Amino acid sequence: MAVALAFADPVHEAQRTFRAVMNALARPGTIQPVAGLLDAPAPLSSVAAAVALTLADYETPLFLDAPLAANPDVARYIAFHTGARIAAAPSQASFALIADAASVADFADFALGTDTYPDRSTTLILQMESLMAGPSLTLAGPGIKGETTLTASSLPSDIVERLAANRALFPRGVDLILAGPDAVAALPRTTRIRSA
Amino acid sequence: MNAMISTATPSTAYNFAYLDEQTKRMIRRAILKAIAIPGYQVPFASREMPMPYGWGTGGVQVTAAILGANDRLKVIDQGADDTTNAVSIRKFFEKTSGVATTTLTADATIIQTRHRIPEKELTETQVLVYQVPIPEPLRFLEPRETETRVMHALEDYGLMHVKLYEDIATHGHIATTYAYPVKVEGRYVMDPSPTPKFDNPKMDDCAALQLFGAGREKRIYAVPPHTSVVSLDFEDHPFEATKFDHACALCAATHTYLDEVITDDAGGRMFVCSDTDHCEERRAEGHRGDLLGEAPAAIAGSAA
Repeated sequence: MAVALAFADPVHEAQRTFRAVMNALARPGTIQPVAGLLDAPAPLSSVAAAVALTLADYETPLFLDAPLAANPDVARYIAFHTGARIAAAPSQASFALIADAASVADFADFALGTDTYPDRSTTLILQMESLMAGPSLTLAGPGIKGETTLTASSLPSDIVERLAANRALFPRGVDLILAGPDAVAALPRTTRIRSA
Repeated sequence: MNAMISTATPSTAYNFAYLDEQTKRMIRRAILKAIAIPGYQVPFASREMPMPYGWGTGGVQVTAAILGANDRLKVIDQGADDTTNAVSIRKFFEKTSGVATTTLTADATIIQTRHRIPEKELTETQVLVYQVPIPEPLRFLEPRETETRVMHALEDYGLMHVKLYEDIATHGHIATTYAYPVKVEGRYVMDPSPTPKFDNPKMDDCAALQLFGAGREKRIYAVPPHTSVVSLDFEDHPFEATKFDHACALCAATHTYLDEVITDDAGGRMFVCSDTDHCEERRAEGHRGDLLGEAPAAIAGSAA
């Protein structure tokens, strides 16, 4: 079976997607529009696919959660377009694609970096049904003037406790990119979070 | 020089913005980690660029990785748009990417700098890219990378305070005037690049994203917007930004960073704004410095 198409204009579409992700991480809580890859094989979302193809390549092992691993077309699509290896364990992954964000594994199962190299950590790309509806979180920290609010539909119910534990590891920890239907938001490890 | 905005036709012999896509991805990943860990120096596989180390290869690589077709790029060398380094890098990007370039601070979406921060307050929509020669603030105190890395991990910054204290013991005040160490978000001590300490307060709670690229040393680091950046000091010797006894000889500004210009071989000199765009804007608004009347029309601008 043929592999689905990706960026029509790889240079500029990857650049626009990267800038959206960069701005999202630099300004946690903001919603940054991304043009997704509509041909991505289900259950990989179009925006998560665009982010993965923008950032992953042969240097970055990529972990797929159970629903994504269940469809071999997803691994084929990633391998063809990025050359990234599929990581056997989350702790070996540079990026983790998570379709079922509500039941994402404990963050401590992913690479958290070391005290001397805190950058050697996994970046999680979590697929969100919506960035407009769902529980609200109040965010503070670098990139945020005062406080801001983020609404996301598909995060685990104990996300506040999980991110507090992640924050306590600083400078180690994971960073979250939330891939909505047509935009991204992000929660870097620096963000302090509470239920709104 | 007069304010200018220009667009160029890119050379088709290069990929957009010179770097290949795999290199851009590698740099982009480093930038994302740098933003997530403010002040921490992320190692990256710095490429050989068509200009020597020391000419801003780190900043150029960061700019090339983030630059898009709709960006407007401004490049400054100290505060000036019209000095060799700034002109070369601006032309490099005009040729390899075809993006619009500008000298107007307010018009730019990306500003690459060696090493000043523009006088005009930066905004949410801007990114400031610094060219960095030595990214490690502890390097002249501890030459071993293995050791400085552990010192950062342990937040062991006593040596830096000893260095500042020795300044006081020798000179009576903290004599460091550029590359003045800062602490980012209460965690990492960071070299703000050899920016004059006059500019340090502008880094704190800045609305723009600040990215730092060191090509030879192969490090990228970042300060996200609205992040705390504190210049190291002592309670009894608080940090003080540089103050000038003069006003700008061209635009009469008393709040800007000034360059000393020797005007003859008999001790004559003048002090002028280092930020050329800001100075031009003030002259266009009608501000007149002491020596403006004597300046050639090209420097004096339309107000003369």
